[in-house]
Amino acid sequence: MTAQAWPIERPAPRVSRWREPSILPGFPLAMGVTLAYVGVIVILPLTALALRPWELGLGGIWRSLTEERVLDALKLSFGISALAALINAPLGLLIAWTLVRYEFPGRRILDALVDLPFALPTAVAGIALTALYAPTGPLGAFAAKFGIKTAYTPLGIFIALLFIGLPFVVRQVQPMLIDFDQEVEEAARTLGASPFQRFYKVMLPAIAPALLSGVGLAFARAVGEYGSVIFIAGNMPYKSEIAPLIVVIRLEQFDYAGAAAVGMAMIVISFGSLLLINTLQMALGTRRQA
Amino acid sequence: MFRIRLPGIAPLMLLASALAMGLLIIMPLAVVFSEAFAKGLSTYLGAFNDPDLWAAIKLTLLVAAISVPLNAVFGVAAAWTIAKFEFRGKSLLLAIIDLPFSMSPVVSGLVWVLLFGAQGWFGQFLIDHDIKIIFDVSGIVLATITVTLPFVARELIPLMQDQGSDEEAAAVTLGAGGFTIFRQITLPNIRWALLYGVLLCNARAMGEFGAVSVVSGKIRGLTNTLPLQIEALYNDYDFVGAFAAASLLASLGLVTLILKTGLEWRFSSELSHARKR
Repeated sequence: MTAQAWPIERPAPRVSRWREPSILPGFPLAMGVTLAYVGVIVILPLTALALRPWELGLGGIWRSLTEERVLDALKLSFGISALAALINAPLGLLIAWTLVRYEFPGRRILDALVDLPFALPTAVAGIALTALYAPTGPLGAFAAKFGIKTAYTPLGIFIALLFIGLPFVVRQVQPMLIDFDQEVEEAARTLGASPFQRFYKVMLPAIAPALLSGVGLAFARAVGEYGSVIFIAGNMPYKSEIAPLIVVIRLEQFDYAGAAAVGMAMIVISFGSLLLINTLQMALGTRRQA
Repeated sequence: MFRIRLPGIAPLMLLASALAMGLLIIMPLAVVFSEAFAKGLSTYLGAFNDPDLWAAIKLTLLVAAISVPLNAVFGVAAAWTIAKFEFRGKSLLLAIIDLPFSMSPVVSGLVWVLLFGAQGWFGQFLIDHDIKIIFDVSGIVLATITVTLPFVARELIPLMQDQGSDEEAAAVTLGAGGFTIFRQITLPNIRWALLYGVLLCNARAMGEFGAVSVVSGKIRGLTNTLPLQIEALYNDYDFVGAFAAASLLASLGLVTLILKTGLEWRFSSELSHARKR
């Protein structure tokens, strides 16, 4: 265990079936700390989450998840998250493109500000967006002129999720745009491709996997997002209530199993969607190689 | 990389980007400060005459002071394990470390209630022994740790994998001990990345809302962290108070952003995150 005298006098490492031999020290300690830590902080709590709903029985879980209010919240959360992630694709691509391709004053500041949604605490973002888009706020009042209600409607949720997801897309696409081989684009140009063709046939296929993974990350984050949404959502049952709020409400009613069931359902659907996106990404990748 | 100028489309793209960034990102930031100062400087400063707000600030600092170092130590241990050794199940371990990133913060709080809440697995045991975790500081710390667990590890692992272990292996053959190797070779190699990870971890720890709101019980002056106190003030329609408190966290976010960007500009070759750009 202790670090005495192993370097030279150390006997030849035991041949282990699960670990390749290495002359570096510290594996047992580092591995021990890592496993103990994730065991206590991630595995044990998630085991409780996975097991708790079963006290309701399979039928009970089904009933608990198919309550109209819960179903509406799940549909709303996943639907608006998907929509916001999809809209963030062109928006993020636009911003990444501008940051990579053009030189203009304030470019680096704008580049740094893209990460603001990561750095700004969600509750702060939540009350700020609400202040902007409430009927009395500057943008909310503007939208109201056209008869559009933003805050306290699903549209408000959409705006908050747009905010939270944007950096994911930009940060995935940006390195691909930087690395993109300009000669390929030049070649397409000399071969007579129009700007649109160059973008659509040359550029887009190259960055599509990154764009897709950005959309996937934005979606995954949006589905679970709480702080930035909860203030602007209005939280009307059946109308603007998000899935994480259902978890909170059930916990307040001491319905632990029901809360765990919704929490578990969110994780399962999220992972399923991410798996789907990964598969799609791999399909895109192989098609490009072929 | 060279930049091309397309006379026709460039101004349009710039305008559209500026509009999107302005509406989505810059205005929300600006409105925090404009609302905080909406009734003048003295009202803004008056908002800080609230002992509950100070209690919330202290609690937030305390929670970050416990959870960030723990996650930093974990991050270094995990990165050492994963980057320096080959073993079976590595990708599973990586996936587990990433899990908190793909969980709703609310769920990260919920799992602790399922363990330690009144009707949780260990609830009765805790009641019998008069230990309080949920609706108490320790629960807030646990929830915060869960949410921020991946930040340092995620920053260090790719960097240390890139750097390889030749330098450390050389030191071993020269007879250096494990602690010496870490302190003299590995730590100098990863220090900026470690700082970067700690910075992001801290920002999230101090700003966490969802996970903490589930476990805290929201007792003002006792278990309200700064983000929860903002919510409480906001729900009281004390908007200046809420945005004054929010201006603190927004400043924290800005400082984090500035330091992070500074690290990226200055030490980009020593950060895994910025390398990809």
